[in-house]
Amino acid sequence: MIEVKGLYKSFNELEVLRGIDCHIAEGEVVCVIGPSGSGKSTFLRCLNLLEQPTSGEIIIDGVSLTDSKTNINEVRQKTGMVFQLFYLFPHKTALENVMLAPMKVKKLSYSEAKSLGLSLLEKVGLTDKAHVYPEQLSGGQQQRVAIARALAMQPKVMLFDEPTSALDPEMVGEVLAVMKDLAREGMTMVVVTHEMGFAREVADRVIFLDDGRIVEEGPPQDIFTNPAQQRTRAFLSKIL
Amino acid sequence: MDTILYVTPLLIQGAGLTIIITATSVAIGCVLGLIAGLARLSGNAVFRALGTGYIDFFRGTPLLVQIFLVFFGIPGLITEVQNWAMASWGIEPLIKDPNLPILWAAITACSLNSGAYIGEIFRAGVQSIERGQMEAARSLGMSHWQAMQYVILPQAFKRIIPPLGNEFIAMLKDTALLSAIGVEELARKGQLLNADMFAPFEIWISVAFLYLLMTLTFSRLVDALERRLRTGDRG
Repeated sequence: MIEVKGLYKSFNELEVLRGIDCHIAEGEVVCVIGPSGSGKSTFLRCLNLLEQPTSGEIIIDGVSLTDSKTNINEVRQKTGMVFQLFYLFPHKTALENVMLAPMKVKKLSYSEAKSLGLSLLEKVGLTDKAHVYPEQLSGGQQQRVAIARALAMQPKVMLFDEPTSALDPEMVGEVLAVMKDLAREGMTMVVVTHEMGFAREVADRVIFLDDGRIVEEGPPQDIFTNPAQQRTRAFLSKIL
Repeated sequence: MDTILYVTPLLIQGAGLTIIITATSVAIGCVLGLIAGLARLSGNAVFRALGTGYIDFFRGTPLLVQIFLVFFGIPGLITEVQNWAMASWGIEPLIKDPNLPILWAAITACSLNSGAYIGEIFRAGVQSIERGQMEAARSLGMSHWQAMQYVILPQAFKRIIPPLGNEFIAMLKDTALLSAIGVEELARKGQLLNADMFAPFEIWISVAFLYLLMTLTFSRLVDALERRLRTGDRG
């Protein structure tokens, strides 16, 4: 589903990603962990070209993102993105947030978009908040609307950029529960996270990123209980 | 007191023209400002330079000079060019009377001036929207322009209502400068009446009061509009 070959990304002098190769299969749930500044978020943002890679190749669902002939707006429809700070559209209700892109990008009719929006809000447990503006929602509710909004484009892959880092602790659970449901339904997911419990329970594979490189990857039980690399062990000992 | 009661209805005619010129100019200024503001934010260096040049010129020179430039300068230039074309190649003048009707000149100058200030207001408004809004819209597959249209500009419009209201009030007062070319707006009406009656205090205090009435009424309207639009805005 996702093929990354020799991905490099620099911001001016600063080299953030130094050669990343990985393959993510359809239906796989991959958690990317690592210390701050390791390049996790940049890696994720390259997967939908919110950051333009300096070099390397990214292929999603058979389409090369790095090919200059590719229409980025079309490829981005295949990848839903959930941000740490939600970024709901504050001038639109929860339902309108979900309906906007399907109507404007996919040219769905109002009634089609509305029934799609309502079914997605139901999926994230927020049917009763459909007509409420984001400012009246808690952080956890906003993030669930954001997930519904991303799902509305019917993406093949969902990218999560520290989706629970900005939430009060009591709201983390409701967002993780929605993500677990998605994983169970077979969605391909790449999750940058500090939630080791989630990674351990839901991920098929954990990638440990440090200093712009993949240091170690494998099934969560291996990474968490028996890491092969010293750096992985040092990182995990600090956070577990 | 009698003088004030006598001049006020006459001054109100001038105030009507003041409002018409201000409203028209700010409305045209909004269109020019949106174009100039978006040009300044454009990725295209030529658009950026054009937008910046326009805004710098009209914010960096006095409105009075701009009024003279439009009313006297442009017709003067047209005449010179036509004379030169006639002398060099014998081309008959295309424009027989290059003078602009006075109201047109007034509205042209004020619109160009207003557009420059509003351009900066739009630019600041768009830039005040956090970058994540654009990224969220783009991540859903919207084009840059779709994201502008449906996500960024609607939020920016709400934020620019107060500065836009200020611009309207500033322009309303600045139209007094049009008296210099003889537009019979409120200040000019005051001059004319005073030349007739020579009652400077009564006349100018009435003029001042009418300006105050217009600016205060308008700023209350903007406040009310701002309160109504506050729904759904975090900022």
